[in-house]
Amino acid sequence: MSIDMEQFKATFIEESLEGLDIMEAVLLEMQPGLADAEEVDNIFRAAHSIKGGSATFGFSDISNFTHVVETLLDQIRAGEREVTQEAINLFLSSVDCIRDMLAGAQEGFEINLEQVAEVKAGLDRMLGSTPEAAVPAEAETETPDSMSAASGWKIVFKPFPDMLRSGNDVVRLFRELADMGEMIPKANLEGLPALVDMEPEEACLSWEVSLNGSIDREQIDEVFEWVDGDCELSITPLGDEKALEDMPAESVTTEAEINPTPVQAAPVAQERRSDNDRRQGDRRKKRSSSENSSIRVGIDKVDALINLVGELVITQSMLGQLGEDFSMDKVERLKDGLAELERNTRELQENVMSIRMMPISFAFNRFPRMVHDLCGKLEKKIELKMSGEQTELDKTVMEKIGDPLVHLVRNAVDHGIETPEKRLAAGKSETGTVHLNAYHQGGNILIEISDDGAGLNRERILAKAIERGLANSDDNLSDAEIFDFLFQPGFSTADVVSDVSGRGVGMDVVKRNITALGGAIDVESRPGNGSTFTIRLPLTLAILDGQLIRVGEQTFIIPLVSIIESLQVEPVRVNAIAGSAELYKLRDDYLPVIRLYETFGLKPDSLNLEDGLLVVVEGHGQQAGLLVDDLLAQQQVVIKSLETNFKKVGGISGATILGDGTVALIVDIDGIIQLSQNGSYKRASNAAA
Amino acid sequence: MANILAVDDSASMRQMVVFTLRGAGHQVTEAADGQAALDLAKRQRFDLVLSDVNMPRMDGITLARELRTLPAFKFTPILMLTTEGGMGKKQEGKAAGATGWIVKPFNPEQLLATIKKVMG
Repeated sequence: MSIDMEQFKATFIEESLEGLDIMEAVLLEMQPGLADAEEVDNIFRAAHSIKGGSATFGFSDISNFTHVVETLLDQIRAGEREVTQEAINLFLSSVDCIRDMLAGAQEGFEINLEQVAEVKAGLDRMLGSTPEAAVPAEAETETPDSMSAASGWKIVFKPFPDMLRSGNDVVRLFRELADMGEMIPKANLEGLPALVDMEPEEACLSWEVSLNGSIDREQIDEVFEWVDGDCELSITPLGDEKALEDMPAESVTTEAEINPTPVQAAPVAQERRSDNDRRQGDRRKKRSSSENSSIRVGIDKVDALINLVGELVITQSMLGQLGEDFSMDKVERLKDGLAELERNTRELQENVMSIRMMPISFAFNRFPRMVHDLCGKLEKKIELKMSGEQTELDKTVMEKIGDPLVHLVRNAVDHGIETPEKRLAAGKSETGTVHLNAYHQGGNILIEISDDGAGLNRERILAKAIERGLANSDDNLSDAEIFDFLFQPGFSTADVVSDVSGRGVGMDVVKRNITALGGAIDVESRPGNGSTFTIRLPLTLAILDGQLIRVGEQTFIIPLVSIIESLQVEPVRVNAIAGSAELYKLRDDYLPVIRLYETFGLKPDSLNLEDGLLVVVEGHGQQAGLLVDDLLAQQQVVIKSLETNFKKVGGISGATILGDGTVALIVDIDGIIQLSQNGSYKRASNAAA
Repeated sequence: MANILAVDDSASMRQMVVFTLRGAGHQVTEAADGQAALDLAKRQRFDLVLSDVNMPRMDGITLARELRTLPAFKFTPILMLTTEGGMGKKQEGKAAGATGWIVKPFNPEQLLATIKKVMG
């Protein structure tokens, strides 16, 4: 039978990546000179499994590389080698290399072999040997034919009494010999004790076997490989020692018991060679294949789903029966059934969504290593604290938030935390703290990246903003407004841009990525006490809690999270500013009014403000009032991309299909506020000109 | 066909072994380490045990030694899946009561050939 090894590769890669994570975590904790036996065991086992698996599943380059790591770890485990900082760093680099190689194997691309070769050279140097193909990649080598005897072999075999206790059966050995050629066994009953003294668990016979045919000595050795040391064994070519043929006469009687049916020798060697060919074929094929991205789901979640589907089927069949012969007196039961159906659907939806949820530790787990490496490079002392790692987040959101998080953590380490000297001078402890925290709040997940460093320099940021013309020196700006300048494109206040990061460079990208996910980012900072960046993200991208609104004939959806309040318009509170914009005085604030019918070019019920409703929304860091004709229901909507189905439309983030089958557009609050600002600026500048 | 206990801490190896053996008509029970395997063996008989050597909680060598103390496993073939090409682990396994070994890397055909060799 032929089995396709491809199907196991995805599992192998997944489990190897997990093993590497464990290795990395343990290595980061490890102190030079202090090798905890259990720690070393853990990383050794991970490396060992990766080596074994990669060899089995045809990744010989990974197997060769990991073999050296494994050998070094084995020496440490055996106490023959000390744990040095150099070794720890080298192992960490090795983890990176193996990870790269696995990614390469998974995606089917060529990886940077130079780096791998460099680390491998380092490992080999440490091992004190020149690079060599250390792994027995091909276990079998061709047997020299000189060992094959033309006529056959004479085998004298006497098991020690204990041999059977290893589970080795004499019958099996003879069966294998019989498979090779014509076998004539003769049992020697000399050692057979009297029946009363017989110990059934002990071997007491010995045999002399003639094996006729053209058979390699190696093949016979292989049969007895497992009992080597458990028996007396002599194998000699037939015809050499005629003397041995003189066996006690009585032994012939047991010949029949052994079943000496001559069997045609199987072409074992040939079969093995074709196996090798097949394996090499696998290896050549592997580059072209790429694994699908997969997700691990707890069995309890799957069970819950199956259970819910079961309930759904019951409800469906109940409704089906009801529909068979429906009359108006059954309308109550119909209502009950529909309520049940709604409950089933909602629970099913919640459970299906939860399958995409993963703990944020998947995004956090790269940071211990990153902070460790950065500390080494920057000569800082930093402790990384993490909390709320089990907070769950949609897999897609998680993948997209990775880079912004890296950026923020890198900034915190590079610019937030001061050097040990500066910290001591400021009366703080030498070791700084970077804290990653995640928690749920309403339909959002909040991720905080805080440091206890020097904090943001308010004056410097303001000066830079004025220099760049983003603010005026007489503007009375709040801290939040000033810190918001950090997210302007190309805004950097770092005097010296280090190779790790330059504060501000790319912060606009961070903000853009987070906004694209429907999230927001805030900064808080106090001089001398550090800064906190808070990222707020929706739990999932696929479903949105929406407020349905109506403008003329059209229904739109406003994301519920953006809505602050809705109110009836009082005309006295509306101020028109020089024909450019309208402002609505809400308590102490003035909100720009955006007439949605104008933005989207629709015909409203009425052009009068007081006939409509004002939905106060927040987006793009400020509030605005959207003028709509009517508020309809609130409901969860499934977001369909407008870009993939049509094209990107300003002020619209997507679309959905409502219960009655009509399509409703989802308003992009940030976009619409920006749109109206640009519009009014244009109008304002036109008016000025 | 044989009732086989397959022990390995690596999910992919277990997957490969189990898939191969089931495909050949054997009945297979899985265990992720020696301790789990031993717990199973105390409740159930198996015709053959296939075990990895390096595992958390209890390694394959200890498993072989422990199994041999159970009356039901006195003569049951125990095969070690070992990556060690050298004789060290093999001898250690043998001393603990293992019947034989299969050297990793092996492919499904080699695994089945070895099982056939033992089970007939």
